[in-house]
Amino acid sequence: MKKSRLPMVLLGVGLAFLYLPIVLLVVYSFNDNRSLTVWTGASLRWYHELIQDGQMLEAAWLSLRIAFATACGAVVLGTLAGLMLARFGAFRGRALFAGMISAPLVMPEVIMGLALLLLFVSAEQLIGWPAGRGVLTIVLAHITFTMSFVAVVIQSRLVSMDVSLEEAAMDLGARPAKVFFVITLPIIAPAIVSGWLLAFTLSLDDLVITSFVSGPGSTTLPMIVFSSIRLGLKPEINALATIVVAVVATGIGLAGFLEARRARIREREESQAGRV
Amino acid sequence: MPVPPPSAAPQPSAVPPSVAPRTLKDRVLRVTRRLGLTGRGGVILGPYAWLVLFFFIPFLIVLKISVAEPAVGIPPFTKLIEWVDGGLDVHIRFSGFQALFDDDLYVLAYLNSLKIAFVSTLCCLFIGYPMAYAIATAPEKRRGPLLMLIILPFWTSFLIRVYAWMSILKDEGLLNNLLLSLGIIHEPLKILYTDLAVYIGITYSYLPFMILPLYATLEKMDHTLLEAAADLGAKPWKAFLTITLPLSLPGIVAGSLLVFIPAVGEFVIPSLLGGSDTLMIGRELWNLFFNSRDWPSASAVAIALLAFLVGPIMIFQHFQGRDQDKGAAR
Repeated sequence: MKKSRLPMVLLGVGLAFLYLPIVLLVVYSFNDNRSLTVWTGASLRWYHELIQDGQMLEAAWLSLRIAFATACGAVVLGTLAGLMLARFGAFRGRALFAGMISAPLVMPEVIMGLALLLLFVSAEQLIGWPAGRGVLTIVLAHITFTMSFVAVVIQSRLVSMDVSLEEAAMDLGARPAKVFFVITLPIIAPAIVSGWLLAFTLSLDDLVITSFVSGPGSTTLPMIVFSSIRLGLKPEINALATIVVAVVATGIGLAGFLEARRARIREREESQAGRV
Repeated sequence: MPVPPPSAAPQPSAVPPSVAPRTLKDRVLRVTRRLGLTGRGGVILGPYAWLVLFFFIPFLIVLKISVAEPAVGIPPFTKLIEWVDGGLDVHIRFSGFQALFDDDLYVLAYLNSLKIAFVSTLCCLFIGYPMAYAIATAPEKRRGPLLMLIILPFWTSFLIRVYAWMSILKDEGLLNNLLLSLGIIHEPLKILYTDLAVYIGITYSYLPFMILPLYATLEKMDHTLLEAAADLGAKPWKAFLTITLPLSLPGIVAGSLLVFIPAVGEFVIPSLLGGSDTLMIGRELWNLFFNSRDWPSASAVAIALLAFLVGPIMIFQHFQGRDQDKGAAR
């Protein structure tokens, strides 16, 4: 059957659509001009202004700390949730649980943000905790919406995993907890790492939910970026974007390299095992 | 011989070590088991309690506050039930909801949100389908890297990607400069701060969410069906319409809902790319909450929005649940 070239051409056009804006941001971050559209010469002027913006740096540091705490919490809860959905069969309240874990994937953020804020305000009125809004409430809110994404990643890995190893361990008398820590956890470790990174990125990037649940003194990086670009274009943001893109590209490149090396080693070991 | 699939997490009763507790771990296990707190139950309790507390209960509170009266103070709403002079005083009002219907602003904002989300979803589908199809039919070795290219922009900041479009679409932006220099237009088009910019922004930001589920269904498809159709003399387009398209329907539905539902409540894109006349309900909710500080009305808007979205969300969960049921069947 002759294969049409059309989809491949459209894929190329689509990828150009996805990447062109990002490439433009990166290129213009080195432009020595405020206008953003006229190229006047290469310079690192905006990077210089960015690192001198104390408010921005402080917010970035806060965002990184929140993202770290969020990712650690979300990866624990999300892994357990993925395990429940993939391995626990039917338990009481499974339908409600499945609904609650997948709803945040699509729930509009304004609704989630408002609902969580009202929860924190009501809880403070009732039991005096959490006292005021700040880093703690942001982390709690972020864990709630990112754990769903982690659960999806973990669950799909568990469903595609070969269960015979777990079964063998259980046949040999290992307790479920031991099976999980000795067999399952090492196998799904790459999925856990990507779940952690996904939660970290989502938390680092969130504006809407954060704005609802943050308090005075807990202004995150997206909040600063949003309020400054709302008033117009700011070239420092291009420099910031370029740094983000560089970090992400390095991370993904590194992950791809490690994955490829792992695959090569596995292939070699398998072929050696085959010879024996 | 068919072997019944063994449960991956057997009941704790299956492992009763009737030896005397020797280590601390054994002792702890015995105590927790006697309390009825099995490992399995303990695992379920954690995420379950978290979601009930931070996801389920908040919605009940939104519902409660949507019928409260706004007040000056912190928090800016009244209590629903109060003991006043030994009697029970109930304050429930539906004026928050009443305003949604009386004020044209909200009705228009709802309708406009649905329209913008619907059209953007269609745009994502038309752009995303050929892309997903091309990746699914590419040589197996190239699928991983291509998929990575689709996911990669998702890892860079959403806010920054929207910002990128501001510099492309503005009056003296790159798109206008390009069109002017090519002589296609003679004066700059006004795109930024219009509805058109919102369509572009939503389509761009949500495209990966459309492609991934589409790819997942197209990749699993049995390609011998297409070969059979070709052998029987079907033209490629006919084979596509009668075989590929219907078989990829679950992916189309899942992808469309992943775009449509969050797009209806989108706030960032209309407020950065849209004009002041771009009415979207997420934006109205934000303004009610942050600018007017009218928490009860904001809650009423949220409840009404949720009522619109409950249907689509349930359909989404139905499709999402099909994967999960594979896990439950174990």
